[in-house]
Amino acid sequence: MHETDMTKALILTIKDWWEAQPTPPNIEKIHLLVGEFTCVEPRSLQFAFETQTQNTFLSGVELVIKDIPLIAFCHPCQQQYWPKIGEQYACPHCHSPMEDIRSGRELKIDRIEYSENNSLASS
Amino acid sequence: MHQTVNAALGVNLLQANQTEANHNRDHFDAWGITCFNLMSSPGAGKTVLLEKTLSVLSSQLNLAVIEGDMTTELDAEKLRQSGVPVIGINTGRSCHLDAKMVAGGLHQLQENYQPETFDLIFVENVGNLVCPAEFEVGEHTKVALLSVTEGDDKPLKYPVMFQEADCLLVTKMDIAPHLDIDINRIEENVRQINPNVTIIPVSAKTGEGLTNWFNWVYERINQNSIATH
Repeated sequence: MHETDMTKALILTIKDWWEAQPTPPNIEKIHLLVGEFTCVEPRSLQFAFETQTQNTFLSGVELVIKDIPLIAFCHPCQQQYWPKIGEQYACPHCHSPMEDIRSGRELKIDRIEYSENNSLASS
Repeated sequence: MHQTVNAALGVNLLQANQTEANHNRDHFDAWGITCFNLMSSPGAGKTVLLEKTLSVLSSQLNLAVIEGDMTTELDAEKLRQSGVPVIGINTGRSCHLDAKMVAGGLHQLQENYQPETFDLIFVENVGNLVCPAEFEVGEHTKVALLSVTEGDDKPLKYPVMFQEADCLLVTKMDIAPHLDIDINRIEENVRQINPNVTIIPVSAKTGEGLTNWFNWVYERINQNSIATH
């Protein structure tokens, strides 16, 4: 379950960011981008996140995972295509190998949504 | 007033591992060591292949092994028979080696040996076709093994590992005649995702293909020492 390790890395990154803010913000959602052509299962990430954040500053925070499709670009045909994972990766038109992956390898923390209480802001 | 704000991060989830892997690679380069990461499913024959490889190459090269195993020292013990230094790392519940674990292995190597005397280090990863593919450990070269009993569809089902491999060893070739396996089909499937990979059919039992594998190892060491000097 390498999703457990990835969740640990996720929590540490968020914690660094949270602690670096002038006043600790109230985090509501964390948005992740997870490519289809990675070894990460979004459901496992969700589960690991829920269990690992219990009784922490991230308790109850929603993890929003956006699946990013695998898109490849075929240079001989000069067009992009959508490989069928588990079945066919070569270009469906000319059968050239999948050499140029345009999306689907993402494993990213995209953004954090948090609420700010203006009366507490230092302005 | 309640207001929702967005903070863009754009941070890779594996960034910490990548940083550590780069750090390991800097050490290897400074010591003049080439590092191979061997990956496959459990039982594809990594340890037996390593036994054969160590027994032949250790007369000409200074070798060491970093051995990842979930709970035991069994593989490490087996490989120590060759006289080559073997550093065993128990990964515990983790199903792959990560860069931090390998860094721990490098510290042990530094404490007990003179790292700059080694030419080549084999990292034997935990048997798993999924997780090790995402965790670089600082290697210069990735070697994947696929045994003929596993079926020719595995490169399609576990594409990330086979896409990243520099060399694919198709192992247990001695039993291929008894199976309905099409070696050409394995090659076709791998080349869909990795057209430039070197594919070497081998049998550790009969010795088939091992000379090709050893030649490939030498080639990689030479390429790497040219690149890093």
